[in-house]
Amino acid sequence: MEPSSIPQSIPQPTLEDKVRALEQRLAALEERAPEDRVSLIVFSGDLDRVLAAFVIATGAAAMGQQVSMFFTFWGLAVLKKSTELSGKSFFQKAMAVMSPGSSESLPVSKMNYFGVGAKMLRTMMKQRNVTSLEGMMQLARELGVRMIACEMSRDLMGIQPAELQDGLECGGVAAFLADSLKSRTSLFI
Amino acid sequence: MSQIFDRVLDARGLNCPMPLVSARKEIGNLEPGQILKVLSTDRGSVADFQGWAKVAKNVELVGQETETMDGASVYVHFVKRAS
Repeated sequence: MEPSSIPQSIPQPTLEDKVRALEQRLAALEERAPEDRVSLIVFSGDLDRVLAAFVIATGAAAMGQQVSMFFTFWGLAVLKKSTELSGKSFFQKAMAVMSPGSSESLPVSKMNYFGVGAKMLRTMMKQRNVTSLEGMMQLARELGVRMIACEMSRDLMGIQPAELQDGLECGGVAAFLADSLKSRTSLFI
Repeated sequence: MSQIFDRVLDARGLNCPMPLVSARKEIGNLEPGQILKVLSTDRGSVADFQGWAKVAKNVELVGQETETMDGASVYVHFVKRAS
């Protein structure tokens, strides 16, 4: 028996092969590396929470991050500009009547007292020279923040596209995930 | 020695995130290498500008100081447009 002939039969990868394999792995990793991107889900329609979402969005955009905001369920009220009752089902009409008609009539999450709390907060913000929610939304648009309205919850609640502000995108879970999977930070607000 | 600068942004009276957002807008009007001086009364802006410079690739924080103007603290930031 000659055992010394066995190692010779195994083909050794050349250095070139190794480098090529490493390059491929590096390219695959780079493809999956997070970008300078922040993704926010705005689920809440509470003035205080939405305000926090827009402070983060405008701040991140100013810092040079790409920002995506995905508005769903109660968060859709933030994007409303009008209310249209025709063409809605009974429940949808009831929901439309009981929900805020635009960002200006959002309640606060605590101590709302039928809107008095929200009015108080807005007055306090004005006194302290904090930018209003509407001002921040305008700013977010100027800074190129991507705003996506969730198609499923919009349809479910019977909110018509014409009731929402102009210049929005619509999309579903994949539209959000496509951005959030590439983000360093994703928040659910 | 006081820091040299090319442009001044008066963000006094503005609150978070406005000092940062307005500085971001203003720095776009500068040439690469030029320095923007930002005046702010927002105490949080000190950490905010440090964070901005850490994250953004084209911005460099070359100095920060606190001055007292009309009895109030003013936070001064010197931001350089790197590229």
